[in-house]
Amino acid sequence: MIGKLFVALTGLCCLTIVALVAAILGDIAYFGWERLSLQFLMTSPEQGMAEGGIFPAIFGTFFLVLLMTIAVIPLGVMTAIYLHEYAPRNSFLVRWIRLAIENLAGVPAIVFGLFGLGFFIEFVGRGMDRVFLNGQLTFGQPAIIWAALTLALLTLPTVVVATEEALRAIPASHREVAYSLGATRLQMVRWVVLPQAIGGILTGGILAISRGAGEVAPILFTGAAYFLPYLPKKLNDQFMELGYHIYVLATQSPDVEKTKPILYSTVFVLLALTFALNFTAIWVRSRFRRKLRMAK
Amino acid sequence: MKEHNRLQIDRLDIRAGKQDILRSVSLEVSRGEILGIIGPAGSGKTTLLRALNRLLDLDEGLVVSGDIRLNGLSILDKGADEVDVRRKIGLVFSVPTPLPMSIFDNLAFGPRLNGATKIAELRPRMEASLKSAYLWDEVKDRLSEPAANLSGGQQQRLCLARTLMLEPEVLLLDEPCSGLDPISTAQIEEALKVLKNDMAIILVTNNVMQASRVADKTAFLLLGELVESAPTQEIFTTPKDKRTEDYVTGRFG
Repeated sequence: MIGKLFVALTGLCCLTIVALVAAILGDIAYFGWERLSLQFLMTSPEQGMAEGGIFPAIFGTFFLVLLMTIAVIPLGVMTAIYLHEYAPRNSFLVRWIRLAIENLAGVPAIVFGLFGLGFFIEFVGRGMDRVFLNGQLTFGQPAIIWAALTLALLTLPTVVVATEEALRAIPASHREVAYSLGATRLQMVRWVVLPQAIGGILTGGILAISRGAGEVAPILFTGAAYFLPYLPKKLNDQFMELGYHIYVLATQSPDVEKTKPILYSTVFVLLALTFALNFTAIWVRSRFRRKLRMAK
Repeated sequence: MKEHNRLQIDRLDIRAGKQDILRSVSLEVSRGEILGIIGPAGSGKTTLLRALNRLLDLDEGLVVSGDIRLNGLSILDKGADEVDVRRKIGLVFSVPTPLPMSIFDNLAFGPRLNGATKIAELRPRMEASLKSAYLWDEVKDRLSEPAANLSGGQQQRLCLARTLMLEPEVLLLDEPCSGLDPISTAQIEEALKVLKNDMAIILVTNNVMQASRVADKTAFLLLGELVESAPTQEIFTTPKDKRTEDYVTGRFG
């Protein structure tokens, strides 16, 4: 009797989650679909966001995430390779670095935003202006490069953890075979470890991108703009971004009721983008798993 | 020819903390000979081979003393390059370990690390190595297939051929036939009898009969101690130590 009750209870919990997801997605799909068109995706906002499209926000999001990826993938992958392949096992240093990475993952996003403002803009940017440009204000202000670097810090743990997991999955015997055939450590990493880890690394990278694309807090102070009449072209330009644009549409618009359809469609686009990235990650992972299984 | 491909193990001690893994082991093997090493599990046979191939460098917390010399030069010396040592003293593991790549790439792995990338250069060596490992006829038309498609016995012969690609001076085999069928086992044993003309061979085996079939000299290791080492004939007919006799006649666990 209690057993059956428990089964019913657990089943009900699952159902609640499914119902919630369905409600959220259904609501957004239903109201967001209306306004969606190629024109909406390809034009700028007009008349105080009440008309027009969201092209600058889409462009800014892609530009931002691209810069973030260029920064976070090499840093994260190299960190993981050092931790797993080079550092002595369980040394003080390694435990310390792991602890730092774990803590980094637990830091609230808004704190990253403030850190980006304080460190990248005030310290690095202003410093660059003072040293190289005679104090002319160029880098010492919110810009896409600082926002991208702040996001890179935020997503660093994702990449490190995913890469380390991929490295851990490679049998020790493969490493020993490489050594026994006269490989140096670098050759072993290059020819045995990386080819097998590449699937895991890609997965981690894509998950980091999808996380980075959805975060608003870290870019709030570091470079996102309410509205810009031009697209970002230089690293020190400000930019519009989908997540931030949603925040703006929902809270800063002069006529909230009028912008509602646009808000729905923007959320729809952002969700579609992150889902697409997540599914790509899953697909890449399963593809590489299959390939490795066949080769093993 | 100046070198005899001669490997000398001189009072080798390996300790892990307070525990002795090997105690003052002295052995010698030259080209033309197969040295069989027998003994129950946990005798330090694998550790000995890993020391000879410098793979022991990867294990932490081991203290090695004594000396190992290849053609008179110490391989444990600070000045000895472990990468160079591993090329000259090849090791075949007890479990077949093809890398997850094609048969061709597996064979080319060692030479490529050394800069030999031309197919024209690799092909003849590949054919020779595969023939020496009695595998050529079975794989000559499928070199581009994943090595994982091969059977266990074929994989182990591929691993042997892969080591031979480096043209080592000494060949170490760690129970290469454990888990293989009798035909593959016989093929590997035949291969070793021919290969010893080109290199010194050390064959660690759990199978006492295998040592009696292929080894010229046999050494009996027991709990890290070298109990006896002598021409194979003597070990099997007139062993000096009672423990050796018990082990080779199977009266001993």
